[in-house]
Amino acid sequence: MTTAAGGSVPYRARRGTTGTVLQSETARAYALISPTLLYALVLLVVPILVVIAHSFWTQDYLTIDRTFTLENYRVALTEPIYRDLLMRSLVISLLVSLFTVVLAYPIAYFISFHGGRHKNLWLFLITVPFWSSYLLRVMSWKVILGYNGVLNSGLMAVGIIDEPSTAFLYNSTAVVITLTHAWAAFAILPIYVSLEKVDRTLIEAATDLGDGPIRRFLRVTLPLSIPGVISALLIVMIPTVGDFVTPRLVGGKDGVMIANAIQAQFGKASNWPLGAALSVTTMAVVTAMAAASVLVLRLLMRLGR
Amino acid sequence: MIDIRNVTRSYGTFKALDDAVLSIREGEFFSLLGPSGCGKTTLLRMIAGFDNPTSGSILIDGQSMVGIPANRRPTNMVFQSYAIFPHLNVEQNVAYGLKRLKLEAAEERRRVDEALAMVSLSGLGKRGATELSGGQRQRVALARALVMRPKVLLLDEPLSALDKKLREQMQVELRRLQQAVGITFILVTHDQYEALAMSDRIAVMFGGRIAQVAAPKEIYQRPVNRQVADFLGGMNFIKAEMVEESGDAIVVDTHGFGRIRTERPRSTLRPGSATTVGIRPERLRVLWDDATASHEVAGTVVERHYFGEITHLIVDVPGLEKPLSVTETNDFGADDLPIGATIRLGYDPDALVAMAD
Repeated sequence: MTTAAGGSVPYRARRGTTGTVLQSETARAYALISPTLLYALVLLVVPILVVIAHSFWTQDYLTIDRTFTLENYRVALTEPIYRDLLMRSLVISLLVSLFTVVLAYPIAYFISFHGGRHKNLWLFLITVPFWSSYLLRVMSWKVILGYNGVLNSGLMAVGIIDEPSTAFLYNSTAVVITLTHAWAAFAILPIYVSLEKVDRTLIEAATDLGDGPIRRFLRVTLPLSIPGVISALLIVMIPTVGDFVTPRLVGGKDGVMIANAIQAQFGKASNWPLGAALSVTTMAVVTAMAAASVLVLRLLMRLGR
Repeated sequence: MIDIRNVTRSYGTFKALDDAVLSIREGEFFSLLGPSGCGKTTLLRMIAGFDNPTSGSILIDGQSMVGIPANRRPTNMVFQSYAIFPHLNVEQNVAYGLKRLKLEAAEERRRVDEALAMVSLSGLGKRGATELSGGQRQRVALARALVMRPKVLLLDEPLSALDKKLREQMQVELRRLQQAVGITFILVTHDQYEALAMSDRIAVMFGGRIAQVAAPKEIYQRPVNRQVADFLGGMNFIKAEMVEESGDAIVVDTHGFGRIRTERPRSTLRPGSATTVGIRPERLRVLWDDATASHEVAGTVVERHYFGEITHLIVDVPGLEKPLSVTETNDFGADDLPIGATIRLGYDPDALVAMAD
C-alpha cells in the first residue's frame, strides 16, 4: 500500500485493489441481508409474479393453458358485475378510510396534547380490542346491528322505531361500520406519532402572532400532522379494498366486494386466471386511488395556506 | 409602560418568581439577566401571556393583562428555538400574523418586504424554512415579530444558539434595530456581556428574586451584593469593617487596602459591622519600574494565565485572605512577568465598592 501511495504501481493494479475492497463490502452487505432478502423474494415477490403470470393464461378445465392471452383482462374490465363490485369496493374503502381518519384524529389529538402522564396507558387501552380475534369483533357487530340486536331493541325501547329495522345489518353500511371500528387503532397510531412530532413552541408562536385555538390548529397543527393523516389513510384504504371476511359476515348480498369475487374464482368457480386478472386489476386501481388521495390531500393543504 | 406588580409564580411550594416588582420604560432595551432557573424566562412568558402569575399583576400601557390571552396582547416574541413554521417559506412566516388583520394584498406585501429589509433578508422571501442557516432563522423570527408592530418585543435568549462571531454581530444589529424602530425590547439572557453590551437597563435575578435593577455601568461598577458582583465578571472580594459614616459616603477599614472612603452600599450598615469591599481585576494595574500611583499595594505573582490580548495574574498580597486577580493588557510585558516576582499594583480608591454579602 505504501508503494501505491508513492504512485509507482500501475493504475489498473490500484483500481483492482479498491475494486476488491468495494466488491467484498457489497458482497458482505448482501450476505448480511440475504435471509430477509430471500424471505421477501420467496414470500412477497414470487407470489405476485405467479399471480401476474396466471392472469395471462387460460383455465382449461383441470389444466391451465399457458398461451398468452388478454381475455381475462377483457372480462375483468368489461363484465358489469366485476366493474360494479370493484367500484363498490373502492367506495366502501374510501368511506371507511375517511370515517376512520376523521374519528381517529380527535382521539390521537387528545392523547398527544392532553394525555399528560397517561399517554402510554391510553395507547395501551387502544390496543385492547386486538386481544380478541377479528372474527369475534365482527360477530359482536352482528349482535349490535342484527334484527333482534342491541341497536334495534334500544331504539324500540326509546320509542324511535316501532318494529326492528333490517336497515342496519347485511348491507354495505354494516361493512363500513364494522371496518371503521376494526381499523381505528391503525389510524390513531400514525396520526398520534405525527402529532407528537409537532413542536409545541410552534403553537405558542402562532398564538403569539394572534391566532386563537381554532386558527392555530388549522394553520399549524393540522398541516404539520398531514404526514400522519396520509399514512393513516393509506394503511386503512389499501387493505380494506381487498377485505373479504367482513362483507361475507355482515355484508349480505348488497355488501359483496371484489375480494369475494376473487375468492370465488380461486375457489368454487375454479378459474384461477380470471381471479388473477381481477387481483392485478384491483391492485392497479387501488394504487391509482391511493396516489390520487395523497395528491388531493396535498393540494388541499397547499390551497389552505 | 410595563409594570410588574408584586408578581409571584409558584409551582407547589417552589417559587419560580417571588414578589417581583419592576417598571420598564417605553422604548427601553431592558434585559433580564441571571443564571438558569432564576425566573427570568418565567417572567418573560408571563408578560407574553403563556403563563399566569399566581399572585400580583402585569400592566402594559396601564392596562391590566390579567385574563388576556397571549394572542390578544400587544407583545410579540422571538423564541429561543426561533419557532419558524417549517411548512411555510420565509415570506409566509413573516406574513403569518398579518393574515388575520386582512390587509390589502399590496399593503401586506409592503409590510413583509419592509420587515425583511429591516433584518437584511431582502430577496430571500421564497426560501423554504428548512433551507435557512441559524442566523437567517433568527432574522426571520425577528422580522415575523416586528412586522406586527408590537408595543413590546420579547426576546428569549435569541442569540444563545449562534456561534460567537455571529452572536457579537447580532448584538450590535439588535441594538441598532431597537433604536431604529423605537419599540420596547425585553431580552432574557444568561450572558452578562450580552446584557451589558445591549441594554439600557438590566435586572439581575437570582432564585426567583430581582437583586438589582440599574444601567449596565452601574450594575457592573456598583453591584449591590456579592452575588451580583460575581455574576457580572471577576471581582476581588476583600473583608472590611465600617468605621464611620458621613451622608452618602462611608469609611471602611480593609485588610490589605487600608482605610478607604467609598459610596454607601444600598444595604443598611452600621459603624462596627463587617462588610465586603470589591475591586474589579482590570481596575488594578501593574506599576512598572519607578512608576507610582496615589494608592498602591505590593504582592508576589503566584500564577500567570495568557489570553492573547490580556494576561491574567494571580497576586498574593500579605494581609489578604485570598490572592488578588489582576487583568493586565500585554503591551508592557505582563505576559513575561516571572512567577515569584514582586510587583506593585496601583488603584483608584473610587474603584473599590462596598457591598452587602
